[in-house]
Amino acid sequence: MRGANLAVAIEFEESTEWMDVCALDDLVPWYGGCALVQGRQVAIFYLNEDGLYAIDNYDPIGKANVLHRGIVGDINGELVVASPLYKQHFSLITGQCLEKKEAHVETYAVRVVAGRVHIGVRVPD
Amino acid sequence: MQTRTRLVIIGNGMVGHKLVETLVGSAVAQRFELITFCEESRYAYDRVHLSEFFNGKNAQDLSLVAEGFYSRHGVTVHLNDKAVAIDRANKIVTSARGHEVDYDKLVLATGSYPFVPPIAGSDREGCFVYRTIEDLEAITVKAQASRIGVVVGGGLLGLEAANALKSLGLETHVVEFAPRLMAVQIDAGGGAVLRSKIEALGVRVHVAKNTTRIGAGSERLHRLEFEDGASLETDLVVFSAGIRPRDEIARACDLALGARGGISVNNHCQTSDADIYAIGECAVWNNQIFGLVGPGYQMAQVASAHLCGDAASFTGADMSTKLKLLGVDVASIGDAHGKSHGARAYTFIDEPNGIYKKLVVSAEGQHLLGAVLVGEAEAYGNLLQIVLNGLGLPEHPEALILPVSPAGAPGLGVDALPDVAQICSCNNVSKGELCAAIRAGATSLGALKSETKASTTCGGCAPLVTQILNKEMARLGFAVKKDLCEHFPHSRQELYHIVRVERCKTFEELLDKHGRGRGCDICKPAVASILAACWNDYVLQKEHAGLQDTNDHYLANMQKDGTYSVIPRVPAGEITPEKLIALGRVAKQHGLYTKITGAQRIDMFGARVDQLPHIWKDLVAAGFESGHAYAKALRTVKSCVGSTWCRYGVQDSVGLAIEIEDRYKGLRAPHKIKMAVSGCTRECAEAQGKDVGVIATDKGWNLYVCGNGGVKPRHADLFATDLDKATLIQYIDRFFMFYIRTAGRLQRTAVWMENMEGGLEYLKDVIIHDTLGIGAELEAEMAAVIDTYECEWKKTIEDPDKVKRFRHFVNSDKKDSNVIFVHERGQIRPATEAEKLLAPRARGGLNQLP
Repeated sequence: MRGANLAVAIEFEESTEWMDVCALDDLVPWYGGCALVQGRQVAIFYLNEDGLYAIDNYDPIGKANVLHRGIVGDINGELVVASPLYKQHFSLITGQCLEKKEAHVETYAVRVVAGRVHIGVRVPD
Repeated sequence: MQTRTRLVIIGNGMVGHKLVETLVGSAVAQRFELITFCEESRYAYDRVHLSEFFNGKNAQDLSLVAEGFYSRHGVTVHLNDKAVAIDRANKIVTSARGHEVDYDKLVLATGSYPFVPPIAGSDREGCFVYRTIEDLEAITVKAQASRIGVVVGGGLLGLEAANALKSLGLETHVVEFAPRLMAVQIDAGGGAVLRSKIEALGVRVHVAKNTTRIGAGSERLHRLEFEDGASLETDLVVFSAGIRPRDEIARACDLALGARGGISVNNHCQTSDADIYAIGECAVWNNQIFGLVGPGYQMAQVASAHLCGDAASFTGADMSTKLKLLGVDVASIGDAHGKSHGARAYTFIDEPNGIYKKLVVSAEGQHLLGAVLVGEAEAYGNLLQIVLNGLGLPEHPEALILPVSPAGAPGLGVDALPDVAQICSCNNVSKGELCAAIRAGATSLGALKSETKASTTCGGCAPLVTQILNKEMARLGFAVKKDLCEHFPHSRQELYHIVRVERCKTFEELLDKHGRGRGCDICKPAVASILAACWNDYVLQKEHAGLQDTNDHYLANMQKDGTYSVIPRVPAGEITPEKLIALGRVAKQHGLYTKITGAQRIDMFGARVDQLPHIWKDLVAAGFESGHAYAKALRTVKSCVGSTWCRYGVQDSVGLAIEIEDRYKGLRAPHKIKMAVSGCTRECAEAQGKDVGVIATDKGWNLYVCGNGGVKPRHADLFATDLDKATLIQYIDRFFMFYIRTAGRLQRTAVWMENMEGGLEYLKDVIIHDTLGIGAELEAEMAAVIDTYECEWKKTIEDPDKVKRFRHFVNSDKKDSNVIFVHERGQIRPATEAEKLLAPRARGGLNQLP
């Protein structure tokens, strides 16, 4: 399980830096918004009491920056966004594509502080 | 100590293999040691479909034995080794290769051989029979050097052979001794129709011809000479004059035989030696030989059961049969010739189409005794069940063979069949067994076939098996699942009614009361569409915005690179020069690619989300409205130029199209809706390819419905003729609202109507005759939608909060750097992935506005 060890190692070597991206009010509940975070496009979804999620905005299947414009919901209890291009579902929790095993997007830590939305970026120590 | 019964089976044809299969599948399989002799070089294969060898199937395709089947079950097979003698006293079988195998029980499944009439010269080179794969291979080789082929014998197999010769490219003749084809199975009337159909296919048929001699020909290799003095020259002869049981091994060991050959068996398929059984075509029961695979399989099952100690009897078999011969459906059921005392017949003959059907009924008309079907045999399954189960005849039995009206076939249906009804006669599978398998989880046709073996031999019962599957599934309640998705246990139609009746205004409310979970990309847009059709709220209203597909959300059509295209409404395709110039100006100013659509509009591509409100500000200022190209809604009403300009036009098609487009613009529906109006019968607007099409007549308008183009184009149906405009509009109002009420999600009008019980006629009843009494209601609902129409784009650009949402980043005014255009033919197009790698990212793309 080299992959698992690697992930642990990275957590030890990195710490999270929080980037303020927008006000919570800038986001439409149960819809996505896109933030530019250190050159990366991050799709943020505000699901009211179901929480706040952030994943890559880039759809690796459709090869375009569109995931924040997909419909969010749940499939078998898993929170997902459906790509607006070809409708594959990506888990908001893990970034895994439900239809295509090899398709996967990054997930990001996200928090709300004083009405502002923060995205966590891992930076080397 | 030998604990197992050693069972030797002589013959590995279809029936011999069936016996092995049945025994190894039985609960007491362990009690037997199985040894089988097979004279041919390959395991059992499907002789019923032997002719498919000529359609490209090979021996492997025809094989009935899955790879490793025999070894897996510990069955010893002596391939290519013919059993030649039985020593009954010492219970030993001797084979041609010298194997001596002792047995406890012996089964003879030696089958039959093709009968070659005693004609001088029948052993000449180039004369064949039609029984084994080797025979077919030899015929194929010979055919390559031949021009003409003759089949002697016009029975079932003879016609199969004729088909083979024809497919090998030979001029094909069939010579039959009797005065008609298939004399055993069908009557004179059926034979005549069959003959004319076969001759129409180019096969020459010679009946009442007694071949007396085959000699050398003068033009071709052989000359067949007939009793009446005629002759026929040919290169190749195939004999197919019936079968004879292979009983020589039984004869040699003094087993009792039938009067005309065949090994006599009792009801348990035992021969005169209780330890020896005979099954299939080599056996004779009650002085009858059964030359079909179905009875052979039944005998295999009876013998297997008896060997296992179970009670089972063979009490004769139904010889009904259905086949496709030279592409012609032929079926014969029960007493096809009406030989029963007092039998009477109903006959239907359709000469132009070559169809012949006959029912033979009992003297008192209560029961069906037999039937003949030529040219069309769809009724076979139904009729066979009526005969086999002794079901009473309907009041008008003739309805069973008369051409079916589009309203639906008469007949008793599978529900009328008792559980014991034998559905698959080849494999003896009853309706009860099928239903049990379905209940046990075989819920697809494939699973059901592999579970029960039904419909795996001749396939004739496949339609019945399918019907039983569908009925049983429906009965069990998991028929066709109509749930919209995992969040709503309702169909779209049901949700529509709930929304209407409960005056439900939001998705959240509906999900709370009637759903579960959080919704998904299936139910959210579907419910959004229902809400829009019912209440016509602004789609970007806070509680609706998140339900919309990206196209509805941004009121534009997303393209492959994440940019959007924009289509303003151009009603009926009529546009002023000023507006045309305005479109050009807007496209040029925002750097968009332009193309004329198939729906008489202009599409502008390559708009980023942040550009959309700016583009629309300009378009609205120039007098344009949303074209709803992004929505499941009315798209466009295409028109031809009509009587205003056209020499042939009889009505103002443009005027009507504009009026209609104005009326229904923005109407949201289960799927997109397309319309067209043509000004005369020349139909330049292609109205018959639309959901609703209108064609001018000199008296008014003809209305067509339920057409479409696309993947599965469908010609629209004529719905009503010579309507005045008010009635036309009334019908269209009702039609659309009824569609919106009752259609499934993403179901276009064509599929909706085709799935509707009663189809077009029912739709006419509802719309034209108002049989449901909902006409006024439908019109009122449509009026409400029309009254509340507003241009979504106009409303959007007037609301600064909404405009704010049209940006790519929440925290930056930068553009999406992955949107890169290159130029082609004077316009932009999206860069390919390869081109993107070459593009200088730092500049933010090749064609981006600063």
